Amino acid sequence: MTTQSTQDLVGRGNREGAALFRDWFAELDATARNGGKSAYVFVMGSINEILKTFDLPVVFPEINSLQTAVRRVAHEYLEEAEDYGYSPDICGYVKADVGMQLRGGEHPMGQIPVPSMSVLTNACNTYIKWAEIWERMYDIPTFTIDVPGTRQSGTQTWQGDSDFEADRKYVETQLRELITLCEEVTGKKFDIDKFRQVLTYANTMSRSWKRVLELNASKPSLFNALTDGTIFLGVANGFRGTQEGAEYFERLAEEMEYKAANGIGQAIEEKYRLLFVGVPCYPIFRRFNELFTDWGGSFVNSTYLWFASGGTNRGFEYDLADPVASLAEGVLISVRDAMDSMFHQSEVLADMAREFDVDGVIYHPIKSCRTVSTGLADGRRHLTKESGIPSLFIESDMMDRRVVSEAQMKNRIDAFFEGLASRRLAAGVQG
Amino acid sequence: MSYAAGVDVGSTQTKAIVIDEHRNIVGRSLLDTGANVVKAAESSYVAALKQGNIDEEEVEYVVGTGYGRYRVTFGNTQVTEISCHGRGAVHLFPNTRTVVDMGGQDTKAIAVSADGEINDFCMNDKCAAGTGRFLGAAAAALDIPLGELGPVSLQSTKPIKISTTCTVFAESEVLAWIGKGKKIEDILWGVHQSIASRSAGLMRRVGIEDEITFTGGVSRNAGMVKALEERLGKKLNISEECHYMGALGAALFAHDHVMAGRAPVASTAEVTS
Repeated sequence: MTTQSTQDLVGRGNREGAALFRDWFAELDATARNGGKSAYVFVMGSINEILKTFDLPVVFPEINSLQTAVRRVAHEYLEEAEDYGYSPDICGYVKADVGMQLRGGEHPMGQIPVPSMSVLTNACNTYIKWAEIWERMYDIPTFTIDVPGTRQSGTQTWQGDSDFEADRKYVETQLRELITLCEEVTGKKFDIDKFRQVLTYANTMSRSWKRVLELNASKPSLFNALTDGTIFLGVANGFRGTQEGAEYFERLAEEMEYKAANGIGQAIEEKYRLLFVGVPCYPIFRRFNELFTDWGGSFVNSTYLWFASGGTNRGFEYDLADPVASLAEGVLISVRDAMDSMFHQSEVLADMAREFDVDGVIYHPIKSCRTVSTGLADGRRHLTKESGIPSLFIESDMMDRRVVSEAQMKNRIDAFFEGLASRRLAAGVQG
Repeated sequence: MSYAAGVDVGSTQTKAIVIDEHRNIVGRSLLDTGANVVKAAESSYVAALKQGNIDEEEVEYVVGTGYGRYRVTFGNTQVTEISCHGRGAVHLFPNTRTVVDMGGQDTKAIAVSADGEINDFCMNDKCAAGTGRFLGAAAAALDIPLGELGPVSLQSTKPIKISTTCTVFAESEVLAWIGKGKKIEDILWGVHQSIASRSAGLMRRVGIEDEITFTGGVSRNAGMVKALEERLGKKLNISEECHYMGALGAALFAHDHVMAGRAPVASTAEVTS
């Protein structure tokens, strides 16, 4: 490969991802100004495949909210919602969205359209209460898809099992109801050929996304699962089922294949490979990452890439011969997996730690999300007992800078790396 | 003779320790940190040198620790106080496996290995409830010198149960009990028990294993020692040096560097890189 190839390829995914992200919000801005229709959806089971078939622009309120934190204006939205009556303990994503709705859709990336409908799953119980807020604000239909989860750790059923087939049919029935609702909201008939095309794009994205994640087991790792990964997630969610999204991930996989083949890692010298569990600390997003990279710590994978892409990291591909039934199968498997990343994560984390040869696991419970944070202390104990992998437990928030103490966080992170360094030194002396 | 030093710039007090080649403490100092952190670090270091009658040129390496460790401008490197308390505790009490460090604004529970390596640690999060700061607020509310809190609390005969260790509400909590006619010693013993309970909770999170060494400024408080021992059902390792444990640990890390410079160990640089 030539130097020119390196210049063209390395970093291309970040550049193109940022451009697509701007395009997406420009489309939303235009929709808002033209009074067009839109659907509000969530990262854990957006069902973009159906919504894109009806040409509905999708709004991810979770992504809108985190963007206010990254752009350091989240406190304005949070305070607006708290002045309205929300408690400081309520989910920061919800409050930033409520603040934005109270401001008439004003967002740092442009105007956000009001919803024509909302689609949600049971993957997070706050989704349900959140959608009820829009229901009351805008008198719109909300559609909740109840996805059967894993009953007990390690007991997932799969294709060919009668329980799996019953669950799949249950999801399929709901998806068919959603199609009817979309027809009512948009005034369009469901186009099965267009749907197949959307699924084809989604399949390309899933296949490439899975490959990108696998490639990061390379040494050195190719991308930062926390910072670069969040860019990839934006495209994975906003552009699922679109030609742009499919092409983006094909090109991203090409970039990562090239980097892996040529031993091109991240911009830091990788001394410690880390797994991240939880949601990033968006109020100090770059700085939070630097607290680790300053020590040569790099995030090679995360549960966030797993659940915040709705489980599409699994790479499930739809069968175009029976598309609605196959979408149901994919939703069941992927959303179930996203839920498992929060409720049954220990075994998979241990496997991931081995596969990616990690030196430590960083648990980041966040104050305003009990769903992802509740089981982390227990999960950490289990992982320590089973694998002995060093881990760090630091709490802050994904939105609220009032509960983010950088000095305290740095103290803990520095002590963690001091421990890793002395362990490595001791192992070297013994070896 | 050459020396190594550690300077622990804490939220309330700054401590400095100087040790010789045999790791004996030859100089120490303790000052209030105040608003000028850089000056506090310098003054404390100079005072420790003076106490040991040591020239600054004789000190080969200085490690800064504590929240103000990056303000130890004359230091060669920095190490967190978590690592330093663990290292210092195992040096003084070699069988230490659990360290509880109670300082001005935080309490830490640290699990250590036989060689002083940190296996796990846990701290109070963000708020200063149940730390030395709460004792300070209670002392102010009762107009009792900080050093008298422990001895007075030990005179309690009918301890009361304090429901909050929130530093912001410490004064109103204490005054409310005085208003109910409770004795100061009974209120104070309740305060100590409440903090001990919260600290024991932190320690359980890292696992409580014998021996336990109590470090930090609050370790000088006899009431807190008794309250913690009762709560844990175990004796605690205590010494006069426990207040200086962060600085001692830092000095020991500095000593490692001095010795490594004489007999290089392959990857020593990695420890503090």
